[in-house]
Amino acid sequence: MIKHLLSSADLSRDAAINLLDIAETMAGVNDREIKKLPTLRGKTVVNLFFEDSTRTRISFELAAKRLSADVINFSAKGSSVSKGESLKDTAQTLEAMGADGVVIRHPASGAAYTLAHSGWINGAIVNAGDGTHEHPTQALLDAFTIRRRLHGLSATGKSLDGIKVAIVGDVLHSRVARSNLLLLNTLGAEVHLVAPPTLLPADASGWNAQIHYNLDEMLQQVKPDAVMMLRVQLERMNAAYFPSEREYARVWGFNADRLALLGAKSLLMHPGPMNRGLEISAAAADSPNSTVLEQVSNGVSIRMAVLYNLLSGERSIDNV
Amino acid sequence: MVARTVLTSDDIDRAVTRIAHEIIEANHGTENLVLLGIPTRGVVLASRIAEVIARNQPDFSPSNSIGRLDITMYRDDLAANPTRAVTETIEPDQGIDGRVVVLVDDVLYSGRTIRAALDALSDLGRPKVVRLAVLVDRGHRELPIRADFVGKNLPTSREERIQVKLVEVDGENGVVIES
Amino acid sequence: MSKFLLTNVSLLGDTPTSVLIEGQHIVAIGADAATVAENSKGAHSVEEIDCSGLIAVPGLVDLHTHLREPGFEASETVLTGTRSAAAGGFTAVHAMANTNPVADTAGVVEQVWSLGLAAGFADVAPVGAVTLGLEGKQLSEMAAMADSRAQVRVFSDDGKCVSDALLMRRALEYVKAFDGVVAQHAQEPRLTEGAQMNEGVVSAELGLTGWPAVAEESIIARDVLLAEHVGSRLHVCHLSTAGSVEIIRWAKARGINVTAEVTPHHLLLTDELARGYNAIYKVNPPLRTQSDVMALRAALVDGTIDIIATDHAPHTDESKDCEWSAAAFGMLGLEIAASVAHDVLIASGASNWHRFAEVLSHNPANIGRLTQQGQPLAVGSIANLAIIDPTERHEAVSTQSKSHNNPYVGLKVGGKVVHTIYRGYFTKRDGTVAATGRSHTAEDTVATAKEKSSK
Repeated sequence: MIKHLLSSADLSRDAAINLLDIAETMAGVNDREIKKLPTLRGKTVVNLFFEDSTRTRISFELAAKRLSADVINFSAKGSSVSKGESLKDTAQTLEAMGADGVVIRHPASGAAYTLAHSGWINGAIVNAGDGTHEHPTQALLDAFTIRRRLHGLSATGKSLDGIKVAIVGDVLHSRVARSNLLLLNTLGAEVHLVAPPTLLPADASGWNAQIHYNLDEMLQQVKPDAVMMLRVQLERMNAAYFPSEREYARVWGFNADRLALLGAKSLLMHPGPMNRGLEISAAAADSPNSTVLEQVSNGVSIRMAVLYNLLSGERSIDNV
Repeated sequence: MVARTVLTSDDIDRAVTRIAHEIIEANHGTENLVLLGIPTRGVVLASRIAEVIARNQPDFSPSNSIGRLDITMYRDDLAANPTRAVTETIEPDQGIDGRVVVLVDDVLYSGRTIRAALDALSDLGRPKVVRLAVLVDRGHRELPIRADFVGKNLPTSREERIQVKLVEVDGENGVVIES
Repeated sequence: MSKFLLTNVSLLGDTPTSVLIEGQHIVAIGADAATVAENSKGAHSVEEIDCSGLIAVPGLVDLHTHLREPGFEASETVLTGTRSAAAGGFTAVHAMANTNPVADTAGVVEQVWSLGLAAGFADVAPVGAVTLGLEGKQLSEMAAMADSRAQVRVFSDDGKCVSDALLMRRALEYVKAFDGVVAQHAQEPRLTEGAQMNEGVVSAELGLTGWPAVAEESIIARDVLLAEHVGSRLHVCHLSTAGSVEIIRWAKARGINVTAEVTPHHLLLTDELARGYNAIYKVNPPLRTQSDVMALRAALVDGTIDIIATDHAPHTDESKDCEWSAAAFGMLGLEIAASVAHDVLIASGASNWHRFAEVLSHNPANIGRLTQQGQPLAVGSIANLAIIDPTERHEAVSTQSKSHNNPYVGLKVGGKVVHTIYRGYFTKRDGTVAATGRSHTAEDTVATAKEKSSK
């Protein structure tokens, strides 16, 4: 088993399917009356959040608690040396307190990798979002959601071979997009990216995906099984990535017209929180195609599976 | 390494049949009975026991009365080994609340597996009563746990290894002691 | 006066010969040297140093170093920086102006110059800021700096770009009055806001904001045209892209008076090193791709690029031992530059020791107008030499700098500097840097000043 979960690229196809399967078991626990397992009793999990994020933090907290782990929530704003305690000092303090696992969300890309490989800390590191780089548990819960919608109760053991997934929006700045791209490829899916040219990386030649600028054309030609909408940050408008909210919503927003182009069985996904009316219309967000709420509950099951996987076995160099 | 067979295929069949009858007798019939097998071979044995019961008691419906209980998450030795794979827990249709649950496993040794199973069971629901059926009891209990229904008592030394083989899993039937 | 006889030494790869050094000068070479040494054995002792198997080049001159003093002494001082220089075979360094206070007045440059003199490990030629406080708004008093005891001839806002076209034009015009040169750090600020590493395949994967090549190239393109228009000389710092090379080549073909430098790290390392987010590899301009590296090497050999300059940028441990985006930009270079240059120019077979001497000594001394440096290895020249063992492959370590941000760590390189002779004084001997520097005499201070002002 892996020692840390820093990137979707850390997971082989088998490891990914295994995690999704464990999550099925965890989902069963989350549906019964006693939503508790003693598995991580006595372990300490620290939520080290340098960025505001109530949802993700609560999701990890719930996951850890359902496995009977002790949870510490550590919120800090910013981390550069000039602002106060450095990432290094924070990490060493946690190590001194005996953290078995650290879930880190940080505004700097690569922060989770730095934490895991610096030698400052011995515990397992879970990347809960590092800058614009990756958010692997989001990709896992997205894959889990797609798998469940497609296969229902017989989802165990299945991959996403041949499934077509479109990711729409600010791909350039999206860690959700990067993690999903990698994981979906690993699981055999076909990935399509739709965005204004300014919100795509200057050089995406290394990426295994088809690029589109036109959302309507993509929906008509590809007929995707799932469409993932990415959140738009309004600060991007000031940096001249697109001229106005109105134009963005008109050209790349998922509105009623596009909902009509979506197959009845196709999923409409969003990692949340949503800008209703901007990247996704209210009607679309509340339609039967929408998986927004399932994604939230699946998030807990996936994070339980990840924490189980990283923290329950013996921790030796052989496990790296 | 020396291996000797202590139970043949026929011996196993006879033991399973006897256990099935003992269960029916102790329960005064099959009302409210649930057999929960502990993976992997306990599940096979539960199925075989259920088959025998069904042959003798026509109104005993296996689908309503068999399940499997995965105890991986409740083990007390998780930190001492590499991360273990998890399998599914499947309850019978009507659940286990208020029912007579018979846990079924192939070998009873230290008792820790059964301890874990009891914890898993209590998080699943509240049975009326819990009993234990095992094919082989090899002694060396580390916890105060005993089986209600035993196929064969096999006193062993700690250095010996017991191998239960069932055709559904291992391709052949037999119980072998390796020393 | 001290006397040294270097025996069996190969000057720039030629047949081994002898070199006699007396005081600050080379007084004899070849058979003469041996004779004179023989004759003077009675009067003053001549120390003989056997340089079998070693190559002598003129003392190296760095046009681009950060000595960090005043203001950032935690990462380096003039003393430790010039000791690093001596370790690397350098006998002169140009100290960039982004200190605190900024070197934008005669007072600060004279201070830096004095510190260099007191340390005695290399000539320190301070670089003056082009704009006050490096803010890019108003020209600094460049004439005052040129007239000062530091005799500044190179002006740069390095660290920052003089991005305002009008200001750059004025600066280029103004420095003509005292034969100065503007050394531009080419980086269009609007295209590189928040940039962390080269914009490319790797940055897309790592989620780090990209520093596109065009941000460097567009400034160079503008500046060479400005230099042509006003008839001034321009120097471009740390070229890092193939596109920049093309522009310089075009400009030179047109007769534009532009010179260009490349750092050792841009000749060797690529942006693939950013994988793993180790901020040791974070530098400005960033490491680029392998095709950029190849283009820069070819340009160094064919003359499009005139010099190697280290851009030695020491940083404290805590400003590198953190997440990438919080880390400072910069790499050490003084101690390893000669070895990297040896591997790229000599060991590869691409060029020879004459070119080595040009790019690391003659040309930078010429651009900086340092008349007492970069002199040919000839009788009468000031004795500034670096003696190199071309065969010894060694660990690329940094031993003298106060800082430890060495990007070559773990690599083995050739071209080990065995001795460094600075104005006739061994600042490095048998691989060890001297405990103290050369004590300057009043005589040579005056001589230096006179030489410069007569230019």
